[in-house]
Amino acid sequence: MEYTAAQSGFRQQHNMRLRNSSMDGSDGSQLFDDTSATGPGAQGVYRNQQADPQAAGLPGQSLLSDPMSNLAMAYGSSLASQGREMVDKNLDRFIPISKLKYYFAVDTVYVGKKLGILVFPYMHQNWEVSYQQDIPVAPRFDVNAPDLYIPTMGFITYILVAGLALGTQNRFSPELLGVQASSALVWLIMEVLAVLLSLYLVTVNTDLTTIDLLAFSGYKYVGMILGVVAGLLFGKLAYYLSLLWCCAAIFVFMIRTLRLKLLSEAAAEGKLVRGARNQLRMYLTMSIAAAQPVFMYWLTYHLVR
Amino acid sequence: MARSMAFTLYTLIQTAILCTNAIAVLHEERFLSKIGWGVDQGVGGFGDDPGVKAQILNLIRSVRTVMRVPLIIVNSACIVLLLLFG
Repeated sequence: MEYTAAQSGFRQQHNMRLRNSSMDGSDGSQLFDDTSATGPGAQGVYRNQQADPQAAGLPGQSLLSDPMSNLAMAYGSSLASQGREMVDKNLDRFIPISKLKYYFAVDTVYVGKKLGILVFPYMHQNWEVSYQQDIPVAPRFDVNAPDLYIPTMGFITYILVAGLALGTQNRFSPELLGVQASSALVWLIMEVLAVLLSLYLVTVNTDLTTIDLLAFSGYKYVGMILGVVAGLLFGKLAYYLSLLWCCAAIFVFMIRTLRLKLLSEAAAEGKLVRGARNQLRMYLTMSIAAAQPVFMYWLTYHLVR
Repeated sequence: MARSMAFTLYTLIQTAILCTNAIAVLHEERFLSKIGWGVDQGVGGFGDDPGVKAQILNLIRSVRTVMRVPLIIVNSACIVLLLLFG
């Protein structure tokens, strides 16, 4: 009972927040701020791009007075816009681009807060993701929502830092960067597949999507980068200490985040719920969280000698 | 050592093909029924969620059904490529 009251209290508080921001003139459910001078936002940009080819026929009239070439230009531009529509539609079938856009709707404040939580999750009180009419809110409005920006940047930074570390040991060569990148990518894919398989086997009814799992698995790169940089600057002891700190932080972060998503509501509040299924779910959460420090050590120990 | 983790995407594809082959090869009558993992022994109650064993048996059966034909194609392609390019 308290859980639903708290959740509806969230939604009210959140809707008020959204209503305030929507008073700025833009649509409250929009992901990105409107920075374009011409259109009213992300969807507006597409509409403008479709409207432009037809408008381009008019200035062309000043260049070519021949009506046949006007016709040809208008036909060609409408064909081009049709082609772009078809490509967009088909691409959207294979890679859900609109869903991906949600995960990159971040801003600086969110990134700062999230990095702080990843390194020091002990003070953060409220781990629930707030919803807006059953759709999770974009990351820029809620610090608990998973995003893909930090994992992507973390992955790329990890590869660069690995190259740097290998260079300080005189073991660097350009193809080693590619090897590091593909190894880390393969480990990431295997981890996400293993988590998906175990979620299927335990029949957890959760709203965690594959991209959410990818985001959670990518958060460990932050800790890895901090460990390797500390090891490069201050030696092996600093590497072990900072890696220990980041491993503990990621462990706590994963447990607190996954607890709300995987466990049933009663168990998530901390009450002890008996039953084989809840036990299985608890073990699953624990093992997912415990796999993170293992990967963090496995992927970085050869970089710091 | 960087050698031990020199995984490439090609290794991942190889792993996937080998694992899928391993699951698809488990024969229903000759093997799975003998060890109590047959199709009829999986579905327990309908009310509650199926257990882990039922999910595994379901997974094996679906992999066998769905991936039979694609595996034939992929395996033949692999054999031809390995024969030609070593």
